[in-house]
Formats: sequence, C-alpha cells, structure tokens
Amino acid sequence: MDAQSSAVGTVAKTESATAVRLRFTPQPEHVRTARLVAVAHARRVGVEAGLLDEVRLAVGEACSRAVGLHQRHCPGEPVVVVLDAVDSTGSGLAPDRFVVIVADKVSGAVPSPRGEGEGAANAADAGEAAAQGAAAEAADDEELDDAEMGLAVLTGLVDDLDISAGPDGGAVRMGWPVKEF
Amino acid sequence: MDLKLETRDENGRTIVKVGGEIDVYTAPKLREQLVELVGAGKYHLIVDMEDVDFLDSTGLGVLVGGLKRVRAHDGSLRLVCTQERILKIFRITGLTKVFPISDSVEQAVTAVD
Repeated sequence: MDAQSSAVGTVAKTESATAVRLRFTPQPEHVRTARLVAVAHARRVGVEAGLLDEVRLAVGEACSRAVGLHQRHCPGEPVVVVLDAVDSTGSGLAPDRFVVIVADKVSGAVPSPRGEGEGAANAADAGEAAAQGAAAEAADDEELDDAEMGLAVLTGLVDDLDISAGPDGGAVRMGWPVKEF
Repeated sequence: MDLKLETRDENGRTIVKVGGEIDVYTAPKLREQLVELVGAGKYHLIVDMEDVDFLDSTGLGVLVGGLKRVRAHDGSLRLVCTQERILKIFRITGLTKVFPISDSVEQAVTAVD
C-alpha cells in the first residue's frame, strides 16, 4: 500500500456511513468543486457555521497544493480527498470531529514554510513569519512560491493540522470540531 | 463562479474592480490583467476587492507579484477591502504589513503612498 492509499486507509478504518470520497484529475478547476463539497458535508455533519469559511479555505489550499504537486510530478494520477465525521476519542458516541484528508502521490513533498524555526510561539505566528519571509523575498523572486504561501495559510489557519509525506506520497490531514446535536 | 474584472482610471490611479473567486483556477486571469496594466504604463494601481467572495494563497501570490511589478517602476498597489474573511487571510500571512489597505475606493484614490 502506498502512502496515498495508506493515508486514505487511516480514515477508512473508522470511516462512517456518511464519509465522502473525491477523486479528481489534478486540474485547477476541480479545486472549487472540492471546496464546495467539503463545505456542504461539513455543514451536514454539524460543523459550526462560523468555521465553514475556514474549512472552505483550508480544503482549497490543501487541494491546490496537491494539484500543483501532481501537475509537476505525476499529472496522470488523481488527487484523493476524504471527508468524514469521526469519533476521535473512540467513545462509541456521536462523531466529534470533522476530518478532511487530501492525499497526493508525490514523494517527500513536505516543504517547510520559510521562517519556520525562527522562534514562532505557535502555528499562527509560524504562518505569519513564513509569509512575511515569502512576501519580502517576492521582491527578488519573479514569482512567489504559491506552495509555500499555501502552507503558510494552512499553518496559520488550522489548529488541528498534520502534513505528512512518505516515499510514495503524502497527505494533509485537517480536523474541526463537530457541535453536539 | 467566474472572476470578474473591470478597470477604470481615476485621479491618476487605475482601479481594478475584482469580483467572484480568486483561486488557483482564476488567479492567472488577474495576473494577466495586472501584467497588462503595468505593460501599458499604469504603475499606480488600486485593487478593489469588495466584491471578492473567496481568496486563496494563489491570489495572494498574484497580488504580491503585482506589487513587485509596480514597485519596479516606483509605482504603488493599494487594496480596498473591508470584508473580515478576506482581511483575515492577509493578517494570517503577515501581508497587512506589505499592502496598504483602504476601506473605500474614495479613500484609496486620495491616499498618499
């Protein structure tokens, strides 16, 4: 099992009957579709309305990143997105987290945001520091590295975030609380 | 939703009114517009984002690229934005320190950069 399948499999172990899986060719126009589906599903499983903009932006960023990676390295491979409400504590009660995994097939693709390790106290600070560095360097670079800016946004936006990579692919995993019914 | 772009000149500035979603699919259209304007000698730009429904890092990258291009000609790029969900993205990335941001086009056209 490769890393992309493995990442999806991690969710599948606890996948609920309401889980949604998307597979799309790595084309920018499909990222909007993924955003729309993610927000619709988040709303349906009970993510608070005030968090839906965050879900929309974060899923868009993760999918844009995956599309960019696939276009450069494996344009024939689809990007896989899994959306699910899970019982993260294993309590057997109602799901308490809305989890999104965006899996890619590109090995070792976990670039560190610029500015990381500069003493940022938390993820938001790290994202801000990263972007400040990126913005400053844009004065010298012809094009800003969108992937780095995307990671800065993700890091600053999502508290429950894990970006992993393996020899056969990587995944961005994000989670948000589900309100009690 | 497609990206809508309108341009007009006012008080020596060129106002680019942007509507819709700026993302990885539509951002190239905005980049093309900004490159065209700079190529036509328009170095003082105001990007009106009041009708923008969505902005991601690709859009941020295009705006930073536009800023770099006008600055190469001693120009300016000012944003008009009052939407909290859009401003939040600029704050997260620290770009509020890079872009001057006005509350209205009227304020932006009279601002001193």
